[in-house]
Amino acid sequence: MKGLPPVLITAIVLVAGFAACALQFPNIASTRVVGNLLTDNAFLGIVATGMTFVIISGGIDLSVGSVIGFTTVFVALAIERWGMPPLVAFVAILVLSAAFGAAMGAIIHVFDLPPFIVTLAGMFLARGASFLLSTESVPITAPVYSTVSDFALHMPGGGRLTAIAIIMLVIVIGGILLLRLTRFGANVYALGGGRATASLMGVAVGKMTVKIYMLSSLLAGIAGIVFSFYTSAGYSLSAVGVELDSIAAVVIGGTLLTGGQGSVIGTFLGVLIQGMIQTYINFDGTLSSWWTKIATGILLFAFIALQQGLVALARRPVSNRAGAAP
Amino acid sequence: MENSLDPAPPLLEVRGISKSFGAVRALQEVDFTVRAGEIHALLGENGAGKSTLIKVVTGVFPRDAGVVRLGGEEVAPRSAKAAVQAGIATVYQEVNLLPNLSVAQNLFLDRQPMRFGVVREGEMRRRAKALLTEFGLDIDVAASLGDYSVAIQHVTAIARAVDLSARVLILDEPTASLDRHEVEILFRIMRQLAKRGIGIVFVSHFLDQVYEISDRITVLRNGRLVGEREIASLPRLELIQMMLGRELAETTNARAAAGEHKVREVCARFDNYGKAGYVAPFNLELRHGEVVGLAGLLGSGRTETARLVFGAERADGGQARVEGVPVRLQSPRDGVRHGFGYCPEERKTDGIVAELTVRENIVLALQAKRGLHRPLSRREQDEIARRYVKMLDIRPPDPERPVGLLSGGNQQKVLLARWLATSPRLLVLDEPTRGIDVGAHAEIIRLIRELCDDGLALLVISSELDEIVTYSDRVVVLRDRAHVEELSGEAIDVTNILAAIAADGAAMQEARA
Repeated sequence: MKGLPPVLITAIVLVAGFAACALQFPNIASTRVVGNLLTDNAFLGIVATGMTFVIISGGIDLSVGSVIGFTTVFVALAIERWGMPPLVAFVAILVLSAAFGAAMGAIIHVFDLPPFIVTLAGMFLARGASFLLSTESVPITAPVYSTVSDFALHMPGGGRLTAIAIIMLVIVIGGILLLRLTRFGANVYALGGGRATASLMGVAVGKMTVKIYMLSSLLAGIAGIVFSFYTSAGYSLSAVGVELDSIAAVVIGGTLLTGGQGSVIGTFLGVLIQGMIQTYINFDGTLSSWWTKIATGILLFAFIALQQGLVALARRPVSNRAGAAP
Repeated sequence: MENSLDPAPPLLEVRGISKSFGAVRALQEVDFTVRAGEIHALLGENGAGKSTLIKVVTGVFPRDAGVVRLGGEEVAPRSAKAAVQAGIATVYQEVNLLPNLSVAQNLFLDRQPMRFGVVREGEMRRRAKALLTEFGLDIDVAASLGDYSVAIQHVTAIARAVDLSARVLILDEPTASLDRHEVEILFRIMRQLAKRGIGIVFVSHFLDQVYEISDRITVLRNGRLVGEREIASLPRLELIQMMLGRELAETTNARAAAGEHKVREVCARFDNYGKAGYVAPFNLELRHGEVVGLAGLLGSGRTETARLVFGAERADGGQARVEGVPVRLQSPRDGVRHGFGYCPEERKTDGIVAELTVRENIVLALQAKRGLHRPLSRREQDEIARRYVKMLDIRPPDPERPVGLLSGGNQQKVLLARWLATSPRLLVLDEPTRGIDVGAHAEIIRLIRELCDDGLALLVISSELDEIVTYSDRVVVLRDRAHVEELSGEAIDVTNILAAIAADGAAMQEARA
């Protein structure tokens, strides 16, 4: 439960990186840029929060990018073509994606299959289904969309905290509380420590697995709705590769890929680091946007190496840490 | 401990339990009784059925026949979890807790104190602290369990089990990885719990510990109940006879009878060789043309000795010499380089590669010794395989058959052939006759003799005392991870070996100190 040292390192990387960016481009250090950064990465922050739960429990969810894509297409068609009120469309897609995640979790548990394979299948399925609905980008013109897009809290210095950024922050905070304070959260860590042992200790492993993947898919659905607000359209090719971006954010945030340790706050910092790199490249103007990926790759390597080092240290138990009272 | 005029109703009654795995009958009509407040040792050698009995009682395996009653009421748990709920908790040697969680979370996982859907962390820590204090532990319960020693993890597991209102606590080899001081802490806790009326089942290979802590003993052998005794009225020798099932038939030592008492050249010598917490330092001399048998109960340090000799485990003290030259044995590679070979006990997992052919299995060690840049040609391989298939009479005599399809005895021969192909000076055989049929058994023993006559030095581990007596020139007896006796010549017989195993370790330790 001591997720602190890796998170601290992530925080230091973020602050140092931001300071370096601000030195080169003083304009970066403004609430305007920070507000945009939060808005641009709102969907990633939401989906990475769900991914954190999955990875701490010892699993992985490759389907989230496709679920986002499917959600945008579904929402766009439901509102524009099928004439559904937006709220009804949102509820429908959230129920649908939660059920999708629950089904993946159930398959993983019942047939004892590797999550990698099951969610890979889910990834193809969801992406294929969104092509089935529409291969073209469907613009959304419903009034609620412009209302939400126009809404923002004004921060000092001219920055705007948009509705979708607020949604993301609320979900991140909710995720932190859920993981830290509840029995559900403790069980997520327990599963990551060892499924067989957790089961012996009384954790309902099957139920937990279903709930964890349900949570991940549900958050992917919310991320999809947020993405549709962000782009005002539904497109079956949107959010390709987002599952990998979110895994990267989780790992950079100090969560062990093998499960058992990690934190949502770390993931949030990981998302901000990726956003910061993107922002820097935008400011520079001469660099290709692929440099984001390269920088992320380098950071990932560094963090994985760091984790291996920390894990190796942790393997040596401190035997004389405590003695027995007489 | 208990009033025989007014026998307390037994706490845990196991009656007529049977369990088969396919054709293997692991348990046959076993009875087992634990009374409230007693510490009851469950003993038996490999394959006696101890683990199966525990797993059947705790619902990990379904049983074929029999009943289990707890406090007079019949229970039939379908899982370990259900058994815990019924009041039967088990703490295994590998602690079944989560090292990545805090000590407090481990104690209260899935039953944390809650308020408004939120775990009351402070309250949970306070309770964890109070619970562990009862067990004499004063530690930071917010730290990860993995940061603490195995002993503390064990106590935490016991505390959790007891707090889950266990009435019967099964401790499976709880002391195997603890040092003396930690064992004492554990024993104090066991006595304390017994006083509270909990029935404790203690499974252990350490007879000294069994005699120190237990009130009563139940012995199993080959899946059957041998007997239940009060410890106070059971001499060690009798206990060991119960475990090994000897009628003390007189097997004579073939070597001594043949009058072979030549002084032979020393092949390898180990002085004060040992590893803390593994095997106590020992002196061992292995001579060309001689078989040294290692005898002792399961867990007495036989396999550990073999692994040290071969280099599979690093010694932390002492000196090894090969043909008089001091050497360092740091890895199996070193062992092979000095001409040692090792056929481990677990043929299936540590020895043969079932998917590869007989030929490929035989040339494996030789190829490894030569190194990858000097591959054996197919002609050489065929030649070697043919030679050993013929020499050891491996059946069917087909070098291209996957080893997995051979019988146990023939697999053992293939393993032997693998090491013989490297022309070793010393072969270590761990239970070479385990799990093979009677005919092949005799043949392996004949092979051991022949190899020895060719000048090879052999170190053989076996649980079959008759077998050891038959082929050994010298027998080293082990008990509780230490070499306690060396027999040679006419002194080698089953009675003497049993006596050495049974000697009161505590008394001997005092004498040594």
